[in-house]
Amino acid sequence: MSVSDVHRATVVPDRGFSFLANARREVERRGLRDVPIVDCDCHLYETTAMPEIVRYIENPNVRRSFERSSIGMLMHAMLPGNLGDRSSSGRIKTDLDSWLPVGDRSDVHPLAGGLLHSMDQMAIDYSILFPTPMLTLGAHPQPEIEVELGRAYNRWLVRDVLVASPRIRTMAYLPLSNPEASVAFVEEFADAPGVVGFMVTAVRYQPIHENRFMKVFAALNERSLPLAFHSGPNWSERPFEQLNRFLSAHALGFPFYAMLQLTNLVINGIPERFPNVRFVFMEAGQAWVPFLIARLDGEYRMRSSEAPLLRRLPSAYIRDMFFTTQPFEQLDDVDHLRAVFEIMAADTQLLYSSDYPHQDFDLPTLIWDLPFLSEDARRNILGGNAMRLFGLPVPS
Amino acid sequence: MVYSRGMPVEYHVGPQDLIPEQGGVLAVAGDVEVGIFRVDGELRAYENRCRHQGGPVCTGEILGRYEAMLNPDGTLAGERFVDSEPRLVCPWHGWEYDLSTGRCAADRRYSLKRFDVSVREGEVYVRV
Repeated sequence: MSVSDVHRATVVPDRGFSFLANARREVERRGLRDVPIVDCDCHLYETTAMPEIVRYIENPNVRRSFERSSIGMLMHAMLPGNLGDRSSSGRIKTDLDSWLPVGDRSDVHPLAGGLLHSMDQMAIDYSILFPTPMLTLGAHPQPEIEVELGRAYNRWLVRDVLVASPRIRTMAYLPLSNPEASVAFVEEFADAPGVVGFMVTAVRYQPIHENRFMKVFAALNERSLPLAFHSGPNWSERPFEQLNRFLSAHALGFPFYAMLQLTNLVINGIPERFPNVRFVFMEAGQAWVPFLIARLDGEYRMRSSEAPLLRRLPSAYIRDMFFTTQPFEQLDDVDHLRAVFEIMAADTQLLYSSDYPHQDFDLPTLIWDLPFLSEDARRNILGGNAMRLFGLPVPS
Repeated sequence: MVYSRGMPVEYHVGPQDLIPEQGGVLAVAGDVEVGIFRVDGELRAYENRCRHQGGPVCTGEILGRYEAMLNPDGTLAGERFVDSEPRLVCPWHGWEYDLSTGRCAADRRYSLKRFDVSVREGEVYVRV
């Protein structure tokens, strides 16, 4: 093969790179800038903004504790532990935000500026924003810490961050360990600009079917608001202590807590009692949903007296619920993946999520490239389903 | 397997001592980013696009294969890096590739896109 000319390549010093330049190329190869995309689960590292957040803590003694804590102290002394090296011994570079681009918006909060920049790189029109270290807060033994920090975080997010752009939204933190405070949170934040629903961390130990929590569901039901259970790993959970690798604890933890909360919701008839609440299960993947459908339907057919509030099979309630895509679980045989999508009614119930900037983030290209999806299904999962669920206007 | 995309164009990268043993450079050749690495004295060139989600794999760490050593009775004796078998690690999600072949370490069905690379009169050229 002949070579007509010799051109000069440009050598990049130290193999340096812009973290999301490749993301921009991948979405542009596919023309995704013309597709409305809603990222239903992305994150910020709120610990970096803790000096700003603590100003909103009402309890003076709790505020004093947080004012005097370094990030290290926060992670080890003030928030429940979240063990595990996400970076795989430094191989993966999404550790905190030291590698993340900050964007070029000097007129907005730096976290919002960085997020808007990353959204632009990934062709994302809307992002629904969630915290990171606070995802363990539901397991804190002091309920007032969950209430105080949750309220301060919500106020800071709404007043200081979300004002940057209508493209950034959130599901406000709900401190379920205190149901009365949770109702007060719904009253305070339901109509706040940028709030599209509420989020409960799935790693917690309060049985959500107990009567004391019904006032929380009632407050959400009255307003027809979505409620998300955001999952997480919890290597300190007793059965997980047998697992000796983060890979194992991470793989099992997220779907474990999602299955636990979903099972309690369905078997106790919460969707029958509060039919206007739209339930969303976040960051647990989706391959477990067919398993749970088969398992709960089978048990229910044998023991329906234990779930007397149900008027349909558990699977019927599950197919009314929403699930986010990340971490997207690829199966080698595309027909197997198609079956998972069909069982869980993915065309209407699945919501694209990136989980950016966490170490297992997914680009929207993963959904776009699925060969068995129709054009409509692709567009629904990438954005249409979420725009309907959260009442988001079509992006301009 | 060495891939090409139509008529290849040769790019001059620079002097070969730019590329240390078990190290490499990132070069922009036209609209393609190429990582050029040296393994056992030989040069390899790969597209800077991870087979997982398109991440900037050629900017990642180069680390030896990590192996577990077993005793004859099946008990674990220990673990260690094998520095003679370097791997390129994508900084996005950690997918690892053999630096000498471009094959994904965890799933051999995936390989990085590879380009021809050569040295003439001490200068490195890559064809993309």
